[in-house]
Amino acid sequence: MTVRNGHDSNDNSTTALEIDDLTVAYNSKPAIWDIDLRVPEGVLMAVIGPNGAGKSTLIKAALKLIPRAAGTVQFYGQPYEQVRGLVGYVPQRGSVDWDFPTTVLDVVSMGLYGRLGWIRRPGQSERESAMHALEQVGMQEFADRQISQLSGGQQQRTFLARALVQDARIYLMDEPFAAVDAVTERAIIAILRELRARGKTVVVVHHDLQTAPEYFDWVTLLNVEIVASGPIAATFTPDNLRRTYGGRVAYLHEGQRIAGLEEE
Amino acid sequence: MKSELTLEATDNMTKNRSSDQLIWLLIAAIALVAALFVPFSQFVLHVEYDYTLRTVALGGALLGIVSGVLGCFAVLRRQSLLGDALSHAALPGVAIAFLLAGRDLGLLLIGAGVTSWLGVYFIRLVTGTTRIKQDAAMGIVLAAWFAAGIALLVYIQARPDASQAGLDTFIFGQAAAIVERDVRLIATVGAVSFIVLALFWKEFKLITFDPEFAGASGFRVNLLSLLLSTLIVVAIVLGLQLAGVILMVGMLIASGIAARQWTNQLGQMVMLSAVFGAFAGGAGAIVSAVDADIPTGPLIVVVAFLLVAISLGFAPGRGLVWTLLRQRSDRRLFAAQTMLQDLYHYALDHGRADLPAPEPFLVGVRGAAAREGLRQLQARGHAQRSNGAWMLTRTGIEAAARDDRNHQLWSVYRQYADDLALPMVAEDRQQEIADALPPAAVAKLEYKLDTIRNAAASSTEEPSLPNAVTDR
Repeated sequence: MTVRNGHDSNDNSTTALEIDDLTVAYNSKPAIWDIDLRVPEGVLMAVIGPNGAGKSTLIKAALKLIPRAAGTVQFYGQPYEQVRGLVGYVPQRGSVDWDFPTTVLDVVSMGLYGRLGWIRRPGQSERESAMHALEQVGMQEFADRQISQLSGGQQQRTFLARALVQDARIYLMDEPFAAVDAVTERAIIAILRELRARGKTVVVVHHDLQTAPEYFDWVTLLNVEIVASGPIAATFTPDNLRRTYGGRVAYLHEGQRIAGLEEE
Repeated sequence: MKSELTLEATDNMTKNRSSDQLIWLLIAAIALVAALFVPFSQFVLHVEYDYTLRTVALGGALLGIVSGVLGCFAVLRRQSLLGDALSHAALPGVAIAFLLAGRDLGLLLIGAGVTSWLGVYFIRLVTGTTRIKQDAAMGIVLAAWFAAGIALLVYIQARPDASQAGLDTFIFGQAAAIVERDVRLIATVGAVSFIVLALFWKEFKLITFDPEFAGASGFRVNLLSLLLSTLIVVAIVLGLQLAGVILMVGMLIASGIAARQWTNQLGQMVMLSAVFGAFAGGAGAIVSAVDADIPTGPLIVVVAFLLVAISLGFAPGRGLVWTLLRQRSDRRLFAAQTMLQDLYHYALDHGRADLPAPEPFLVGVRGAAAREGLRQLQARGHAQRSNGAWMLTRTGIEAAARDDRNHQLWSVYRQYADDLALPMVAEDRQQEIADALPPAAVAKLEYKLDTIRNAAASSTEEPSLPNAVTDR
């Protein structure tokens, strides 16, 4: 069963991401179950839910990185294979070996490999684009640095730069705020807002209920199934949070939620 | 004083392009030294390079290059043990090919390749579709395939057939078995695999570093991964005759591990690994070919391990010796820096900058580091000793004041970088802030610092900002 809030008001805008009946199973247990989701263009959306709710699975399944048991995913009305260039991806920072022998600039250039296609090598213009993306995340000083010398926050910004260089229309980011310090968090949210200001759509797996209403204007509450999805003001309610996390957590965060909403 | 001290302490092997060129030079130097092994073996070990030995040496070196280059990827993909499983898995292929087609080296190697490749495929299948982990899957394949190979070899050896003689050299490898045709085979197949590697360099790098992102970028990760594994199988199969199935893994991964210690760039690592591989393969084969009773595999691996040990010990940046030296220089650097500030603030707190501080007091506060630091300061002419007390010299006071102000500017930067809209740089207090930020930004910080100081001076309260003033 899915409950959708706030869809109707946005039906006339472009849909950046549309997911229908998506189910992903690991060992006969559903990680996500019968997901129906529409993400309108131009929103900054958080995907929120408890551990094991399937947040990362949702993103990976949308990108066909893991097999789907059922369902379809469309970006701008087309299957992913046909619009890869429009979709940028930021995996979890911990998913790679940061002792790999390469430089920051080289990692950022990897964002352009998909566009280059098979066999063609990155050249001067790719280096310039990568450098520009590094400037956007404030990391130009680190271009020639070996990636093992980066702090956690710098690793995250390097990954962001690699996504920025893709110059996509929609970005899917897996926990970009995980274990970064306050300064990096501010830098990242500034970049996300900048992306939204340029009309991009950003979907972010997020785990911090406190900051969600402040950072995002759209939210999907997920716990294997979609609990609710829509504009944050109408969707991020104590009621919906309780149905996502169970009673106690929603109650704990009620005060913070209201404080957050007033800032909006 | 900072800039001169920073130079000795900073690990700048990897920071910029000039160190990049330095590493290329280093690689060239290592290659040169490795090449000197040939005259060394001639004149010191009295090895005579007849036709056979030239062939063996060339074969060993070429093989070292091929396995060194491809082995880098096995190491980086954390598949070193996969290489071990694969080489063991080649043995039944050799035996089956012999039973089916007789003793033809090409066919034996193809047989080896087929069973080895089936081993990879089986491991991928098991780890991909069941909950069995890769180490368990590799262990099973290694043991089962190798057991089948040994059983078949024993069966073959019991047959009254002279052509089977020497088939068991595949277990430990035998350099003397290498003939010119084999060298040509290694060169050709190696060249083809290098062409494939060069073509898909960017793709292989991407799937090795971040397979998920590679998939999201539209690359066929499974296919590429299988292709890369196939190249590794090819390297293994080529080396079987020389190094043997048991120790081929040493030839595959040792030079990559050694090379990783010297450089932080994939391209350089692969080149250096080729150089190391050539040396290990060539030297091991030459030494073992002197006496046909010496198995080659163990010798190659011993040489390769020596390279690993030297690299772990002496490689700049990562090596053990380097680390110890850096720790010592850090200890000195920070002892000197601490004492400089201690003397400076002790003197200022008591009224004037060149006031002497009693040595027992300094040692009481800082312990042994105080003596080390004072010795450093004295050597630099920043401090002098008289009547059991230490005072800063004029240059010492200047250095301390400069250092102190630099720290305060960094503190202001940390607190106000956003407010003042300054560029984001890594905070490094060992660095002169003027070297890290553009002049306009430094001017803003100087202004801010002076404003804070004036405000603190005019108010009756203790100055609370910046931290460095009170901290130290």
